[in-house]
Amino acid sequence: MSKPSDTVPGDLETPDAAEGASPADPDPATGDRRTVHDLWLSGTESPRQLGPFTDEGAQEMLPEESGQILSSQLGTIVEDDFEGSAGSGDEELQIINMGPQHPATHGVLRLQIELDGETIRRVKPIIGYLHTGMEKTAEELTYMQGSTNVTRMDYLSPLHNELCFSLAVEKLLEVEVPPRAQAIRVLMSELNRIASHLLWSATSGFDIGALSMMIYGLRERESVLEFFEKVTGLRMNHNFIRPGGVAADLPAGWQQDVTGIIETVTAGIADFETLLMGNPIFIERTQGIGILTREECFAYGVTGPLARASGIDYDVRKVFPYSGFEQYEFEVPMMSNGDVYDRFVVRFEEMRQSMRILEQVIETIPAGDYRTEDRKVTPPPRARIDESMEALIHHFKIFTEGFKVPPGETYQAVESSRGELGMYLVSDGGSKPWRLHVRGPSFAHVQALPMMLTDSLIADTIATIASADPVMGDVDR
Amino acid sequence: MTSAPTILTATAERFANVEFDSVLGDVVARAPREDVVGFLESVRDAGYEMFIDLCAVDYLVRDPRFDVVINVVSLAESSRLRVIIGVPGTDSTMPTITAVYPGADFYEREAFDLFGIDFSGHPDLTRILLPDEWEGHPLRKEIAIGSVPVQFKEANKAQ
Repeated sequence: MSKPSDTVPGDLETPDAAEGASPADPDPATGDRRTVHDLWLSGTESPRQLGPFTDEGAQEMLPEESGQILSSQLGTIVEDDFEGSAGSGDEELQIINMGPQHPATHGVLRLQIELDGETIRRVKPIIGYLHTGMEKTAEELTYMQGSTNVTRMDYLSPLHNELCFSLAVEKLLEVEVPPRAQAIRVLMSELNRIASHLLWSATSGFDIGALSMMIYGLRERESVLEFFEKVTGLRMNHNFIRPGGVAADLPAGWQQDVTGIIETVTAGIADFETLLMGNPIFIERTQGIGILTREECFAYGVTGPLARASGIDYDVRKVFPYSGFEQYEFEVPMMSNGDVYDRFVVRFEEMRQSMRILEQVIETIPAGDYRTEDRKVTPPPRARIDESMEALIHHFKIFTEGFKVPPGETYQAVESSRGELGMYLVSDGGSKPWRLHVRGPSFAHVQALPMMLTDSLIADTIATIASADPVMGDVDR
Repeated sequence: MTSAPTILTATAERFANVEFDSVLGDVVARAPREDVVGFLESVRDAGYEMFIDLCAVDYLVRDPRFDVVINVVSLAESSRLRVIIGVPGTDSTMPTITAVYPGADFYEREAFDLFGIDFSGHPDLTRILLPDEWEGHPLRKEIAIGSVPVQFKEANKAQ
């Protein structure tokens, strides 16, 4: 078991095997086989010192693992969740699982796809991998804590979640929000729409093969996130929009920051369109792919950019205005083909319209309070607590018990980056919601994936999922 | 029945046992569960073409115990309609509405998964968010937070 004396330690080219008679060579009679570890250890004094590195040892079956589990893990058994027998006797059909750990499903989405050659015959989306019972958690948090919870649902448009929750609570409370707070909400939610669409253009461009989009999109989005950090202290999950107003006023010089963002993003979008929309490869990969018809959108509750790409003139900001959106001028971009290409067009145009709203907010934002002065909802300023017994009581009540909301139920919707985000809030008169149901747009869009994918090619799956832009935190909650 | 929107006048006449109401500016219709499919069909044909949402609420001590809440939208009228169906706790079933609004499929599965409401006639009423082998329906009010042992809790005991 000793190395030849002329061996230079560390020299991997020591011709042990070539000489054929090296002492380190295994004896074929005893079945002692060389492993990869012997090669790594060829420079050491004695290669076998570290114990039996044989492949049998490493892959030994654990005693509690049954053959069923193992063969399922190894893929020799394919478990089929479909109703009925797959393919009904046709041997040409095969089932593949896409996800839940797949880079292009944008989260833990699993698609069970039945393939006939390269054509998709049936698709079943399987969700729930990210389910953490946030609707149940919401019943345990006061209305003040609630926005920390909802902001984590659709993690790419957190401010829309907070806005929707706050609007629902305010509707039950019948609290008026000051105009400045409404304008700040509009500003922040439109910036969030831009950030979300930029990330979407980055990842979906990347998925389709425009690799540089990943860097460009994230780079432009960074300008928005920096502004968020300046205003709210955080890049995501801000807990900035709260029942009664917003957490803080905008920092000094915010107009310059937003103007800078508008300049950066406008130039960015122009670049992206040059990079993508005129590119023949991109057009080939996106036109006529993943089509949703108008009727399918209605039937499956598809909203947002997907519905607008299919020719449905539905934007919650226009149809059911909230937070003062009716005072801003903007267009709702629409296309009619309902394919992946049209969704790109709609989203790029939506960002431009959001920037129009931002410019109007900069011009027209009124002075005043950034949150309601109703002391039942808003904690008093720190200085007042030392002077006023009332203020102390309000402060204590809000931070121990939380404010109470009159009994009732309401449905509030906002236009999030992905579509209609709705919350159904039921109050029993206490300081915590009796029930908070969240209608995430991605949930409906994942449900509509079989409509888009059936009878298309497997290679188009990625482009279609990317265009639907599902956020699994929103789907599974 | 005066609070029914004008495009639903005929529907309101046909379904006399559906109560229309206005709650905080929203149009709400309380429908008995036997009539829900026919009523929704009539509502859809009247112009509420877009399915938005379906969810369940557990009121625990109230009778009927559960509410199933359906949200639909009419784009032509810019109008939202909320249909509420009371479902008793002793017999928590109601007919599926997937034949009227196919988009209710996932939402009904979610309501079944989290509340145990049985939508009779649903094509594939299985759990959607929780694992198939999960027992119970966690959003029901009798199940408290922390009362269900979850898998990773065993990790501490093993050491």
